Amino acid sequence: MSTIGTGYDLSVTTFSPDGRVFQIEYATKAVDNSGTVIGVRCKDGVVLGVEKLISSKMLLEGSNRRIHAINRHAGMALAGLAADGRQIVTRARTEAANYLSFYGEDVPIKELSNRVAHYSHLCTLYWWLRPFGSSSIIGGYDMDGPQLYTIDPSGVAYRYYGAAIGKGRQAAKTEIEKLRLAQMTCREGVMAVAKIIYGVHDEAKDKSFELEMSWVCDESNREHQRIPTDLLMEAKAMARDAQEDDLDAF
Amino acid sequence: MDAPHSMGTTIIGMEYAEGVILGADSRTTTGLYVANRASDKITQLTDNVYVCRSGSAADSQVVSDYVRYFLNQHTIQIGKAASVKTAATLVRELSYQNKSFLETGLIVAGWDTHEGGSVYGVPLGGTMLRLPFATGGSGCSYLYGFLDQAWQPNMSREDAEKLVVKAIALAIARDGASGGVVRTINVNAYGVERNFYAGDQLPLFYDELAPRPTLIHF
Repeated sequence: MSTIGTGYDLSVTTFSPDGRVFQIEYATKAVDNSGTVIGVRCKDGVVLGVEKLISSKMLLEGSNRRIHAINRHAGMALAGLAADGRQIVTRARTEAANYLSFYGEDVPIKELSNRVAHYSHLCTLYWWLRPFGSSSIIGGYDMDGPQLYTIDPSGVAYRYYGAAIGKGRQAAKTEIEKLRLAQMTCREGVMAVAKIIYGVHDEAKDKSFELEMSWVCDESNREHQRIPTDLLMEAKAMARDAQEDDLDAF
Repeated sequence: MDAPHSMGTTIIGMEYAEGVILGADSRTTTGLYVANRASDKITQLTDNVYVCRSGSAADSQVVSDYVRYFLNQHTIQIGKAASVKTAATLVRELSYQNKSFLETGLIVAGWDTHEGGSVYGVPLGGTMLRLPFATGGSGCSYLYGFLDQAWQPNMSREDAEKLVVKAIALAIARDGASGGVVRTINVNAYGVERNFYAGDQLPLFYDELAPRPTLIHF
């Protein structure tokens, strides 16, 4: 879907006649062109997965992380412009720390998401700022259980059972909808997420990618952490096999 | 004569099996004059959290008002009841950051879904300490030994209430700056209940005269 907002798209403080702010939509395009990021909320936690497109063979494996810890109980996976995403992570970390300092308790995930959304939205109100070209998926576990939120460049936070942003989001969403998330444990969720990411990766258009995953669940003691290496290896192997099986089917 | 209103005071917060009991005397003084002999020193912060105030009446009222204001907004923002810990943290923050201006010792107590009943003492300097029971005010000096011996974990509602009333009565007996009636508030999962014990309902101790019927009849 390609639209040109001739004349009304020069500034984020200008509405178009049909009520759109084109600059925000263009910012969202930056997200849509980046590697896929998905998150699923299982019955005992949240799993985040990122299709980290590798631009050069010289890059060290595990560098350019796309998933960041916000506090003990919440993590954030980013899509879009990396530098913009880094800024959002920093802000989220500050918000979480300030909340703990002021109220004496860990920030509820809903509140954290609202604050990140508020910050993103802030940058759509002034002509001398540009919107963040980055969306984030927040996965966290608080007193109300595991929760999953996405925040987009327009500054809206939505709560999801399963979410996908980036290049392969349409295909990923279709796959996620097939999952019975309410009955899945996070272990099963890890396998599913790996499979989906391998599935939506476009071998023709993008050379190679690295799968980066994290979770926050009962098994991890409600702490956000990278998937344990053995489980990650297993998930990758299973996902690769599933891809080959699909190819064989043709 | 123009001495600041001070709440000599004895205040107590105590955990029992299902919640907390807050108790206080009712004497407010300006110097030696009893400005109010029936004050209510237990103030509401939220539906489920109350605070006992001691020290300067003005300071403790203002701190309570600020914290009530913050908690009100916080409750709306997070969409559920604030925890006792959050209320106590806010009280502590104000007490600590303004320690050179304030002279107030507070006991924050209440009930929330995650911790059940909890009591937090926030004395003069702005320390915050969660305790099974806390005392404050000028009268609390006389209660340390008594409560050390008498407090048990997981008391019933009746026993805890009796203990609080007895303790405050003991403090009133020895502390000139505490007196009047005893007010208590009970907070648990089911709600909040206020109680009032007038002088004649308080236990009497060593060396105190029992009230006698008047000798004059009409």
